[in-house]
Amino acid sequence: MINTNESIDQLVRREYSAGWATEIEQDTFPVGLSEQVVRRLSARKAEPEWLLEYRLKAYRHWLTMPTPEWAKVHYPPVDYQGMTYFAAPKSNANAPKSLDEVDPELLRTYEKLGVPLHERAALAGVAVDAVFDSVSVATTFKARLGEMGILFCSFSDAVREHPELVKRYMGTVVPYSDNFYAALNSAVFSDGSFVYVPKGVRCPMELSTYFRINAANSGQFERTLIVADDDSYVSYLEGCTAPKRDENQLHAAIVELVAHDRAEIKYSTVQNWYPGDAQGRGGIYNFVTKRGKCQGIRSKISWTQVETGSAITWKYPSCLLIGDESVGEFYSVALTNNFQQADTGTKMIHIGKNTRSTILSKGISAGRGQATYRGLVRIAKSATGAKNYTRCDSMLIGSRCGAHTVPYIDVRNASSSVEHEATTSKIRDDQLFYCRQRGLSEEDAVGLIVNGFCREVMKELPMEFAVEAQKLLGVSLEGAVG
Amino acid sequence: MLQIENLHVTVDGRLILNGINLEVNAGEVHAIMGPNGSGKSTLASVLAGRDGYTITEGRIRFEGEELTQLPAEERARRGIFLGFQYPVELPGVSNLYFLKAALNAGRKHRGLPELDAIDFLDLAKIKARLVGLDENLVRRPVNVGFSGGEKKRNEIFQMALLEPKLAILDEIDSGLDIDALKVVSDGVNQLRTPKNATILITHYQRLLHYVVPDRVHVLAGGRIVRGGDRSLAELLEREGYASLGVPETQPGFEVRA
Repeated sequence: MINTNESIDQLVRREYSAGWATEIEQDTFPVGLSEQVVRRLSARKAEPEWLLEYRLKAYRHWLTMPTPEWAKVHYPPVDYQGMTYFAAPKSNANAPKSLDEVDPELLRTYEKLGVPLHERAALAGVAVDAVFDSVSVATTFKARLGEMGILFCSFSDAVREHPELVKRYMGTVVPYSDNFYAALNSAVFSDGSFVYVPKGVRCPMELSTYFRINAANSGQFERTLIVADDDSYVSYLEGCTAPKRDENQLHAAIVELVAHDRAEIKYSTVQNWYPGDAQGRGGIYNFVTKRGKCQGIRSKISWTQVETGSAITWKYPSCLLIGDESVGEFYSVALTNNFQQADTGTKMIHIGKNTRSTILSKGISAGRGQATYRGLVRIAKSATGAKNYTRCDSMLIGSRCGAHTVPYIDVRNASSSVEHEATTSKIRDDQLFYCRQRGLSEEDAVGLIVNGFCREVMKELPMEFAVEAQKLLGVSLEGAVG
Repeated sequence: MLQIENLHVTVDGRLILNGINLEVNAGEVHAIMGPNGSGKSTLASVLAGRDGYTITEGRIRFEGEELTQLPAEERARRGIFLGFQYPVELPGVSNLYFLKAALNAGRKHRGLPELDAIDFLDLAKIKARLVGLDENLVRRPVNVGFSGGEKKRNEIFQMALLEPKLAILDEIDSGLDIDALKVVSDGVNQLRTPKNATILITHYQRLLHYVVPDRVHVLAGGRIVRGGDRSLAELLEREGYASLGVPETQPGFEVRA
């Protein structure tokens, strides 16, 4: 076991002799990415040697990789040297002291989305002392989980307190060499969630990032690892419906899930990152690598996502179906309005015997939005008796948006069965008139019809998320018709 | 309740209604009959506030208020209901959820508290029984997979729930067999009160045998060419529209149903 205090001292002394001591005390690194920045980042977080090595390997590999350009999204080149890779949690000096000091437009959005009053303050960045309740709630919650042997903490805490677990699983589902953004994330990831559920334990409540203290400011290069041991179950919620701004434009997260024998992981995301203004400027780029490994027999991983934010969404939550009879599911609603672009979908890789996968994708395009579904169903030679069902439905609102479908089906075992269905539809004038003739406003009518369109996906979301997500769809479509 | 004065309506530049005058009072049932292409559905659409119709002359007053500038949802909230000739399907949108939203929109307009899901469900069950609509259909997505008769019955169910002041039923009898027609007619009759009014738009006298009108108007060539009581409908049934000097079909067929 590494004596972490010793390594830190060594690093500090080394830095000191190079004259960088003062910079360690700074809250934010100057812009730029280099091996020195990676080292400094790791030192700032007081990480063990093995993790620094991992970061460095990833960084060196990243340098050899070309920027991917195959997705159907267009954006100006990202300046990797123009960003800062570490920012300490904001000091409370400039934070609003109460909701009265918060931008009324933001408060109006919370109202429309039905965000609970006690959460609005936290979301708006009101100084922590004013949100006493949420801190104490979180503490009781975690104590209860601890009694059951469930580990739920930040990734950084896990590196410190459960290094064997992190070492065993980190990078086994998404290796740093996987893709350009995975390599970048592996070099400079900030923080994220770590969950471990022991054998036979069913996690009694939905785990939410809201309850993880220090959730703020880890969004840029987030790293999450969830492991469900034999016969366990966990449901994890990521994100929230309230719009989140961030000075950092690029978000390249990694989420790794591992499910052992007869274990189940349900991962739900509702994402509403700042999408840019009505002209498409300044929104967030959400480039994420999410993958689940169904390691054990009869294991199951299910991804559910409602993506309405970000200027550009580029993600394919996927499942590796390794264990025999394992199951992978992907339910998605992706909405693009104004100038948003989304290239999203999933990869279901069937390797074990009698594995099953279900893909249900609902794309809604409005304004000048472009939504692309890109999916891969791969049946390996070994995957006897594999079954896949894919359905992708697109809805177009208005005449200037686009919906695209790019399915890849790669089958190498003749005993498998793969089904693919696709539909494209519009909200028809007569449907809108029917609703309006019953007293509903056009806005409500569009919201109703779109929610109806997304119903099969929405019902996969845990209850609290589902209600918020429905409202979110309505709010995100404002101004889309007429 | 409703006063239509000298109404002229064009669609895509073509004159469809050519000077309509009509008055409907509370407690009355009026029937508007006429051959294909006479403008019956246009009249229904214009009253409900559908886009695509231009009023070039004339006025429509509902309970003393000028309707022509009001959007469709505002007219609905004031108590105007259109029973569609071809009811629309809304995939994934449950009938219950849809109607609860509609009912509460009307209640909000009238300053009444909104009904919650439980109270609404109780009300819906009562009304479903009243109009003979199978309770299973109540929960399904609006009109999806419904037979023609079920769709029309769903229109009457909605009417029962929303309790409009003025109901305009556009060919509510089309596509119905005798039994279905009786059920729908029963529903309409049960909903009649001295405070509301109904306009039945129909081709055939058959419906009017079950829902007896106080006045019958014959629409042809965009105008009301004849008025009378129920016996006028019986005359038309026996002798046809030609007996009134009206051709069976009009040149310039309806653009929209």
